[in-house]
Amino acid sequence: MKRVYVNEEWCLGCRLCEYWCVFSGSGEKRFTFAFDGGAVPPAGIRVEEYGPVRFAVNCRHCDDPLCLKGCISGALSRDGMGAIRIDKTKCVGCHTCIAMCPYGCIVSGGDNKPVKKCQLCAGRNYTPQCVAHCPNNAIVYEEGE
Amino acid sequence: MRYVIIGNGVASVGAIEAIRKRDKEGSITVLADEDRPCYGRPLISYYLEGMTELCRMDYRPSGFYAANGAELLLSSPAESIDARAHKVVSGGKEHIYDKLLIATGSSPVVPPTEGYDGVERKFTFNKLSDALALEKAVDKSTRVLIVGAGLTGLKAAEGLYARAGHITVVDMADRVLPAVTDAESSGMIRRHLERKGIEFRLSDRVEKYCDGYALLHGGEEIDFDVLVTAVGVRPNTSLAESIGCVCECTASDGRRYRGIVTGSDGSTNVEDVYAAGDCSLTYDVTRGEIRPVFIQPNAYMQGETAGTYMSGGECAERAYLPVNAGGFLGLHMITAGAFDGEPLTLSDDGSYRKLFVKDGKLRGFIMIGEYPRVGILTDIVRRGVPLGREELASLAKQPQLAALGMDYVRSVLGKEDR
Amino acid sequence: MINYMMPDYEVVRDKELCIKCKVCVRQCANNVHVYDEKRDVLYADSSKCVNCHRCVTLCPARALKIVKTDHCFKPSANYTEDIIKDIYRQADTGGVLLSSMGTPKSYPVYWDKMLVNASQVTNPSIDPLREPMEIKTFLGKKPESIRYREDGSIETEKYPDLELKVPIMFSAMSYGSISGNAHIALARAAEALGTFYNTGEGGLREDLYRYGANTIVQVASGRFGVHPAYLNAGAAIEIKIGQGAKPGIGGHLPGSKIGPEVSRTRMIPVGTDAISPAPHHDIYSIEDLRQLVIGLKEATDYKKPVIVKIAAVHNVAAIASGIARSGADIIAIDGFRGGTGAAPTRIRDNVGIPIELALAAVDTRLREEGIRSAVGLVVGGSVRSSADVVKAIALGADAVYIATPALLAMGCHLCRSCHSGRCNWGIATQDPELVKRLNPDVAAARLVNLVSAWSHEIKEMMGGMGINSIEALRGNRLMLRGVGLTQKELDILGIKHAGE
Repeated sequence: MKRVYVNEEWCLGCRLCEYWCVFSGSGEKRFTFAFDGGAVPPAGIRVEEYGPVRFAVNCRHCDDPLCLKGCISGALSRDGMGAIRIDKTKCVGCHTCIAMCPYGCIVSGGDNKPVKKCQLCAGRNYTPQCVAHCPNNAIVYEEGE
Repeated sequence: MRYVIIGNGVASVGAIEAIRKRDKEGSITVLADEDRPCYGRPLISYYLEGMTELCRMDYRPSGFYAANGAELLLSSPAESIDARAHKVVSGGKEHIYDKLLIATGSSPVVPPTEGYDGVERKFTFNKLSDALALEKAVDKSTRVLIVGAGLTGLKAAEGLYARAGHITVVDMADRVLPAVTDAESSGMIRRHLERKGIEFRLSDRVEKYCDGYALLHGGEEIDFDVLVTAVGVRPNTSLAESIGCVCECTASDGRRYRGIVTGSDGSTNVEDVYAAGDCSLTYDVTRGEIRPVFIQPNAYMQGETAGTYMSGGECAERAYLPVNAGGFLGLHMITAGAFDGEPLTLSDDGSYRKLFVKDGKLRGFIMIGEYPRVGILTDIVRRGVPLGREELASLAKQPQLAALGMDYVRSVLGKEDR
Repeated sequence: MINYMMPDYEVVRDKELCIKCKVCVRQCANNVHVYDEKRDVLYADSSKCVNCHRCVTLCPARALKIVKTDHCFKPSANYTEDIIKDIYRQADTGGVLLSSMGTPKSYPVYWDKMLVNASQVTNPSIDPLREPMEIKTFLGKKPESIRYREDGSIETEKYPDLELKVPIMFSAMSYGSISGNAHIALARAAEALGTFYNTGEGGLREDLYRYGANTIVQVASGRFGVHPAYLNAGAAIEIKIGQGAKPGIGGHLPGSKIGPEVSRTRMIPVGTDAISPAPHHDIYSIEDLRQLVIGLKEATDYKKPVIVKIAAVHNVAAIASGIARSGADIIAIDGFRGGTGAAPTRIRDNVGIPIELALAAVDTRLREEGIRSAVGLVVGGSVRSSADVVKAIALGADAVYIATPALLAMGCHLCRSCHSGRCNWGIATQDPELVKRLNPDVAAARLVNLVSAWSHEIKEMMGGMGINSIEALRGNRLMLRGVGLTQKELDILGIKHAGE
């Protein structure tokens, strides 16, 4: 399946991916609206820094998805494109998936609210916005080996 | 191939999904004692809380069983197994199996207490039927007494919080959540719940139930209308025992644990019989021994492993460990692993984090409040990655993959040829 | 001391759109954008802004724009703002003014005063989408005649040449003046396009030797990084005599840009200024030049064509004639509007002549002397579009060199601050943090796109003229007409006026 892969050599740490992720997940039509109120919600993709090296981490949509296997409500499932999706009506916000994900790629949606995670921008025709807006091809959306 | 699965919890679903990955032809029969398809048991407190509803609680979409060619027989508990003849009897019907999975789960323990039988409105808190009954039994004027301050007891308290008039929790232990927290974090959760109005009687137990009140060992009388017993569960092993499955093991400290003993492939000592989920014992990598770990993620994965081997497949051995996540009236907690070794504590207004380090390895952790990306720590515990103290301290503050080194990062995030 | 220099630009932030993501802060190497954590406010120090558009381009909220300040001097057509500021600057520093990229002054652009022909009714036009259209060209000395052996095979000795799938090459930009990643991008694009890029005078990193078949290696007055392996690594060798943007002077790469890698490649110590002398100290005549040409051919076994690159200056036709007789295979002429990584402002803006006139004069002179086919002719220095390419070839060039368009394709925004070494686009810098911003995969793809697009347009224009081979366009000045030109200009260009 196609996955978002990281070329850390080219990551500039600009964090545009995080902001586009938030916008994409917000469902808002205008970029700025997704950030009304100032506070920036945690994104499904996150830039890490390791000395001079930077790289973006996002959901691997694992072959062995521990989040899905740990989910107590059955809210997580894999869709036809291979993306691990969240059914917001089923998630009760127990955070077991957050405890299970080895990459730290599921974020709390707040108390009693569904968690948030990368859905490969399924609602945007599976065009991950983090990749589409990376200025330097530091993340790519490609078929795996 | 004919597969029979006794039980319809998530271990059962894990097995069905694993079997169908390999074997598209064989018949799968699921004997469920409940009257509805699989749901996540921990959901029952969220149901009472109003955070989910019956139509959203199914663990898998409707049509799951049909799509997987599994025959789900509801309200059909298995009555007996004839291992030699490879058959299971349920409701007078015989089900022949080539491979059998025992996923009978666990049942609540009710300690023998004087006057218990005389309590009119008493419940346990394990199945949806318990929640549905409590829903009817409790209203704003109800005083609820919960015996047991473990996860089940506290989740029951949370579920009933907005419905009941008053809640008192009694536990023999000197703190809440004794199995999954340490004293400090336990105190935080207790104080949080106390601020919400829930009362605790710790280091105490019910001596006897009288008419409308419980007499505690310490002498206090607690009035109640509804009693919820949530002191723990025991694996349902009687069927397994009846066919000669080993259902007990002794830990290094001499403690004896009940539960079906399986190999890493989920097989029992009886030919063609597998076990998974709460009824079986788990090898806990953080303690290095076999013990019961009653958590749903493990149940699913044990079912999946058993299903894989039952259908002739193989899979990598899983590393199981206790992982517990959940909120208590707005205060969220995630704990994992074992709480031995040297503690590394970080706390501020919003959160409390404690890591347990032994021999340069992260053994377990307790996180309360904010815990972004904490799964990275679970994975470090799970894989037993040796780390320096500074790395651990930075991980406690901010879990990052980078702490595991760029080779690891590249291996999980990059394409192989890069 | 009073600071006489007021900012040229103002950073305008639309507070309603800004989400305080701070991408601008993280991306501006000039530290224009600042986030004040205590006040939760983003502000800009416009005096540091070079108007490179990095922040504007990356701002996800489109909350930024850079405007020319309307702060002004009392208007004067004589003492303009630029002149006043230059005087202030020199009064401040006492130094020679330095500038980057091509001159911004409004000298005539003859490309824009020539129009291309198209066929109507007779000699019908050709549709390049339906019929083959050849834009491949060969650069080098061509035989006068072809002799055959008795068995019909060709006896004539073929001179070493370059085969170009498109008549466009990337002109010399040294490693040092531009980043390693920019070099890699140019090399990959040249390979993909079937053309050539030019190392410039800074030598060639060994990891780029694998693109040698598409590389022209340069030998300049400083001889930086020149050694036998280098000479043999490329497909051709270019002797750089002069550069259009700074004729008559050498180059100066400040020591700050000479890091370990550049040092190794240039074969000079880390941190020392790389100063190219104004002349080649061994060339004072065409005869001397010939010695170097032959010397380089000796070093490469006579297998590689040698290019001699000169700046377009007053006597360019006579100089070219001499070069054609020096044994060089190709002459490259660089017009005075061409770019540079750094040049003294006065020289850039005042020395040299336009490439169009130089090209026409050289082609005419070589034809008159009957030696046009003895050399290939390449022109550069402000070839900005496929139309410029078509016009250059019609004026007599075999191919063109482009550099500024290549930089633009890679992301350059012509802020003309290359000499600062803090190129926010990762092109004209050696700062590893900035160099990283230019992913050669992305840059090479954009270069390929640009040249491919131009190729399509060249074919379209050729088709319109009823010409299906670039060879048939070369020197075909009947395809050009001048507009708004004096008779003298028309005579030099060798073209008729529109309507004639």
